[in-house]
Amino acid sequence: MKAFTKHTGLVAPLDRANVDTDQIIPKQFLKRIERTGFGEFLFYDWRSDPTFVLNQPRYKGASVLVAGKNFGCGSSREHAPWALGEFGFRAIVAPSFADIFANNCFKNGMLPITLTTEQVEEIMSRAQQHEGYELTVDLERQTIEDSRGLSILFVVSEFQRYCLLEGLDDIGLTLKHEDLIREYELSHG
Amino acid sequence: MPTLFDKLWQSHVVREARGEPTLLYIDLHLIHEVTSPQAFDGLRQGGRKVRRPDLTFGTVDHNVPTTDRSLPIADAIAANQVETLRRNCDEFGVQLYDINSPEQGIVHVIGPELGLTRPGMTIVCGDSHTSTHGAFGALAFGIGTSEVEHVLATQCLPQNKPLTMKVETRGALPEGVTAKDLALGIIGKIGTDGATGCVIEYTGEAVRTLSMEGRMTLCNMSIEAGARAGMIAPDETTFAYLKGRRFSLDEDVDYWKTLQSDTDAIFDRTVEIDASQLEPFVTWGTSPGMVVPVTSYVPDPTDEAAQRALEYMALEPRTNIQEIAIDRAFIGSCTNARIEDLRAAARVVKGYRINSSVSAMVVPGSQAVKRAAEREGLDRIFHEAGFEWREAGCSMCLGMNEDILQPGERCASTSNRNFEGRQGRGGRTHLVSPMMAAAAAIKGHFTDVRQWQFK
Repeated sequence: MKAFTKHTGLVAPLDRANVDTDQIIPKQFLKRIERTGFGEFLFYDWRSDPTFVLNQPRYKGASVLVAGKNFGCGSSREHAPWALGEFGFRAIVAPSFADIFANNCFKNGMLPITLTTEQVEEIMSRAQQHEGYELTVDLERQTIEDSRGLSILFVVSEFQRYCLLEGLDDIGLTLKHEDLIREYELSHG
Repeated sequence: MPTLFDKLWQSHVVREARGEPTLLYIDLHLIHEVTSPQAFDGLRQGGRKVRRPDLTFGTVDHNVPTTDRSLPIADAIAANQVETLRRNCDEFGVQLYDINSPEQGIVHVIGPELGLTRPGMTIVCGDSHTSTHGAFGALAFGIGTSEVEHVLATQCLPQNKPLTMKVETRGALPEGVTAKDLALGIIGKIGTDGATGCVIEYTGEAVRTLSMEGRMTLCNMSIEAGARAGMIAPDETTFAYLKGRRFSLDEDVDYWKTLQSDTDAIFDRTVEIDASQLEPFVTWGTSPGMVVPVTSYVPDPTDEAAQRALEYMALEPRTNIQEIAIDRAFIGSCTNARIEDLRAAARVVKGYRINSSVSAMVVPGSQAVKRAAEREGLDRIFHEAGFEWREAGCSMCLGMNEDILQPGERCASTSNRNFEGRQGRGGRTHLVSPMMAAAAAIKGHFTDVRQWQFK
């Protein structure tokens, strides 16, 4: 898995709540059997609107997405973080995430950061106001900062942080406990 | 003290360590064509095997056509995905219920039907509606493709322990108000993120009196409230359903009876709902939480999301729900395509013709459901009313195959998600129960099925 340590990038504000995985990557693009080739179809339907945030030249190359609550709700499709990652996003900031989506992000070297609604709104408005607005996400220190004095500590589970920092293969970690798995199987028929 | 969830969790712990997720053993892994190919690729790249092919079962459901199965799949990319699952199951020794198998069907319909789903199990699948299987008193949840690979390789999953939420129903559901309406009522009350991070246990009279089909509908929609899983303690209804099913011959009813929350169990959250006050529901927006009773009106928008939803749905605030005309009706999906759902819809349809402005289809949840319905003559009732009678699959619930809405079309759908474009780009979905969808197909607009004149 791709490691995540520290990342600085342009922020795109997607001021919508309940962004579901059907919007992130519509179903007609789920027929591929590879992990790649999804980025160009990210937010496919919304991108037909020229005013959509990711169509605006000022957000071209954005790698940090800020969005409303319950981001990634709906289907379990891992194609959603694959599409976001291939499009260039490394971190997503929102007041809350759907559970499966957040899990899927961690498995793909992408960091979902949960902040308070007020903090997200502040970042959203800064990204809308200041052209070229960037954030630095530091997973080691668990901070998110801009060059205008904003500095926020965020919470992430210790284990997920460790796996992301090291870029660990968690299947390999589980297989280290082969003896315990076998023991469980023997004692449970 | 422990809840049902605590008991299920505790009995599957392989390893616990401070500061790390718990390693849980998985008893049943269901796979399908859309979320598995990359997982098998990962296994090959890592030189790994499927640890327990005997606990892994596959079927094709998401992108298969629901038309004539003697023809090849016309969509070359979909055909390749199905063929890939076939090759992967063959290579790794996994049982596959393929497109022409008599057991083929939606993964969440065939699991219970075959008796693969049983009380006390941990069950995962690369599909969010895996919560369905919780109806049997199992811990069942959806996972992503990386986790599918993890389970294939290790039969385990590292998991952080979720919180627990009790949804306590009081009173019984009135006539014409179904498990689907109960689910929509709960989501309307707590919101689409109301249970995020939680496993729900549904309790109370309205839940106890539900059939297994109804319980599956209710647990199925748990994910629409953001829940990690939904579950119902097993009882005589559960045991009777499982009796004689192919993989459920080794019944352990005495153990199953212990799978209940203790009377003094403590839940992190509790939500109460008076089932006797519920009505048939219709969603008006683009999220399952945007829902009102059929006797109500499209609400005035209170925020930007609601405003946007109204625009997408082309609805004016204060429109009477029963004045909303539909173009299509879809009876199907892992939420509502079991035999009882089809019986309920057929009872409404019997003796009527669908409205001339509506096209309607019934997609049974599995080949077994289809056969059972045909034995009872339900297919004839639907046919005579003008419904199309299709082969089993996910179909227009997510529109991965040819079964999609055209832009602007409005559909009464028994599925689970009314997201923008879910059933086809520009399509407008209203979630309802099977009876409500059937009645809307006949009237051409939504109508209160409690007033229906059955023939």
